[in-house]
Amino acid sequence: MTPSPTLPQGGGRPLPAQGRGRLLAISGVTKRFGGFTALESVDLTVAPGERLGLIGPNGSGKSTLVNCIAGTLRHEAGTIAFKDRDIGRLPAFKRVHLGVARSFQIPRPFASMSVADNLRIPLLYGAGAPLTLNTQSATAEAMRILEQVGLAGKAHAMSGGLTQVDMRKLELARAIAAKPALLIADESMAGLSASEVDEILVLLLGMKEHGVAVIMIEHVMRAVMKFSERIAVLVAGRKIADGDPKAVVADRDVVKAYLGE
Amino acid sequence: MSEIPTALILNAIIAGLLLGGFYAAVSVGVSISFGMLDVVNIAHPAFIILGSYIAYIVNDRFGFDPIAACVLLSPLFFVLGLAIYRVYYLCFEKRGQESLRGLAFFFGILFITEVALVLVFGVDYRAVRTGYSDTTWRLGPVDFPLRLVVPFAVSVTMVASIEMFLTRTFFGRAVLAVAQDALALRLMGVDTLRVKERAFALSIATAAVAGSFLIVIQPVQPAIGREYIGLVFAVCVLGGMGSIRGTLAAAFILGLAESFTATFAGPSWAPAVSFGLLLATLALRPSGLFGR
Amino acid sequence: MTNPRFAALAFAAAIAFIAATMLIPNDYYFSAAYTVLQFVILATAWNVLGGYAGYVNFGSAAFFAVGAYSSVFLYKAVHPPLIVSIAVGTVVAGLLGMAVGYLTLRLRGVFFAIATLALAVVLYTFVVNWDYVGGARGAYILQPKDLPFGLKRYIHVLYMAMVLMTAAALVIARTIETSAIGRGLAAIRDDELAAECAGVPTLRLKILAATVSGSLMGMAGTTFPYYLSYVEPSAAFNLSYAVNTIAMPLIGGMTMWAGPLVGAVLLGTVQQVVQVTVSSEWNLLIVGVLLVVFVTLAPNGIVGWVARLRRKR
Repeated sequence: MTPSPTLPQGGGRPLPAQGRGRLLAISGVTKRFGGFTALESVDLTVAPGERLGLIGPNGSGKSTLVNCIAGTLRHEAGTIAFKDRDIGRLPAFKRVHLGVARSFQIPRPFASMSVADNLRIPLLYGAGAPLTLNTQSATAEAMRILEQVGLAGKAHAMSGGLTQVDMRKLELARAIAAKPALLIADESMAGLSASEVDEILVLLLGMKEHGVAVIMIEHVMRAVMKFSERIAVLVAGRKIADGDPKAVVADRDVVKAYLGE
Repeated sequence: MSEIPTALILNAIIAGLLLGGFYAAVSVGVSISFGMLDVVNIAHPAFIILGSYIAYIVNDRFGFDPIAACVLLSPLFFVLGLAIYRVYYLCFEKRGQESLRGLAFFFGILFITEVALVLVFGVDYRAVRTGYSDTTWRLGPVDFPLRLVVPFAVSVTMVASIEMFLTRTFFGRAVLAVAQDALALRLMGVDTLRVKERAFALSIATAAVAGSFLIVIQPVQPAIGREYIGLVFAVCVLGGMGSIRGTLAAAFILGLAESFTATFAGPSWAPAVSFGLLLATLALRPSGLFGR
Repeated sequence: MTNPRFAALAFAAAIAFIAATMLIPNDYYFSAAYTVLQFVILATAWNVLGGYAGYVNFGSAAFFAVGAYSSVFLYKAVHPPLIVSIAVGTVVAGLLGMAVGYLTLRLRGVFFAIATLALAVVLYTFVVNWDYVGGARGAYILQPKDLPFGLKRYIHVLYMAMVLMTAAALVIARTIETSAIGRGLAAIRDDELAAECAGVPTLRLKILAATVSGSLMGMAGTTFPYYLSYVEPSAAFNLSYAVNTIAMPLIGGMTMWAGPLVGAVLLGTVQQVVQVTVSSEWNLLIVGVLLVVFVTLAPNGIVGWVARLRRKR
């Protein structure tokens, strides 16, 4: 299932031979905010098409890690390699072109645009886009993605006035429209009802068919267990566990981190 | 001989420091409104000029000392600040439009104030008469004109009081907390709107009081406000947003830079100093000297 | 309507407009029209960065003055034909926009706004101290004697130039607005971080918008010295430019190319009337009040209001 890694155009420095083969390879990444260390020497890999769950208590650094991968924050030490290229110096939009997409924990729609128009932006500027994508094919593609996430009926509604679950779906739809190889879903299910959680879960599970790897950051353990092929645990900026979901969840340190002594 | 240049340099330094103290008073309000509350009140200089003209009226009609007058009238300016923040909050901050439309709003206020003052007072310079306007202390080769010394003293007192107020009183620390993490405070049950409202009102009050210092230092006309925009934001940005001590340091730096420019390159270049410094800071070190 | 078709229509309309009005005997019409057209160009230009991308430029006067003073400089140096002055001024102002953009657009929008304020004052100080272009005393420009196309009055030449430049500015604005670039700018305006994470090269697009915006504002200023025959810094850096270029798109509507046009024509005409009947100070006061009223109560401007009415039906 592992396609041979092709060197993408568009930036990043090639890695030495030992790091190859993974879609995303994070090694020794550290991020500090003044005196506070948010991430401490974190290692993480993601294989193409893999479903990785990332869990940890609040404040453990999950969102910081997402921001470092996506490029909205610069890490201080370590390497972030995507498709065998070091992307640490690339601005966020270039990482999108290479195939990294993320959704935001608190949805950030383009409020002056309709739902469909929100998708035009990543369709025009994302990894799959020739910049001359004409309006008709863009509209068709946008509608197709909206069908995929279940928002087709609201295509022409203003994105600012959606319900919570629809906004989360729009966030994911926007990320999908960027044609990523890696999609990072940052707490898309927080605060949703059980059936809404299932809707999002189905959506994310469907990404595998398109060959898209997904990092799911969640607190809803039921969803994480159903979704993940592998789970990594972050506590206080350090990764304390990484492996088979059932084993990780039973791990003593993990239990201690969530429930205390 | 080196006698004359030394005197020139010493006078430039003293003038720069005296002005610097005044610049700190003029800018401390922006440190609060922009540095701590994230409100881009570019109309701040309008309130300075308003304070100047009110000081002028009181001095002209009743012969009161302008600075004392504005200090006594400061509660009125405080109320004005409350009202303006209300409008700003309801129309812009709540709707998330503060960056574009809030900015335009304050620009409009700046503009209206200037034009209204022109309509009422005309474009002639207005000055005040105080008991000390014409007195100059002399210490060796150095002049200490009282029209600079008195505002300097009151300015530094005002800025120091505000720093103490912010760090020692309960409300002051609430303001500092709001500056750091308003959301956390709201979750703790603090009425952040009231805190911000009053902090903003305080910044307006300081502007108006500083206006009385201004008119003691030099005669004013309505267009002067615009020259102070660059100065006020330069001081705030250079000092590091929201740091009162940074404001004081930056104000002195700016005062000295302007004083030396005026002495050695000519006064017509002085306005470019503050704005040039602002542009340089924004381009090179936007977090300022003492920035968070 | 596609952009090429719109461009053809715009220029056809411009030519028709010129032909129709050229015969108006009243000289005042041409002065008033010149001023209003100047504002249409300025407002349209400002809106490319302000309305489309959400970055407020308070220093419109600086770019306008750069256009004007580059004409003065060229006039003193080589006496070029008008079209050369226009071209050079536009390019210089565009370069200024690019430079300021490059230096400050990496920061938050408010810092760009403050920097543009600073820019206006710094440039003003420079010009006042630069004797070659007249400094504080000002510079005289003699209107050329032989006029093209057999025209009799120089104001007619300027008028024609302004109408054509207005058409060009509107075409450029509409082209940007309806293109992928325009969508990218709108995304930046709505949420810059989300735009960046959707693949939009935010810094590049912002600098592009700043360059185009600056160049068009400079273009508006290039004929100014020829219009007045005499230019001094306080005229070129006039306060009314700063407030009008913001008020007009705001009142007309900031998300569409037609908004600044509507705002400039309306507000510009009102001002011409008020200026003649009352005074220029009251004029400015009214503009300022309208700015505050509109920004508080009708943030989408006239065009936005009309669009809302149409949607309700």
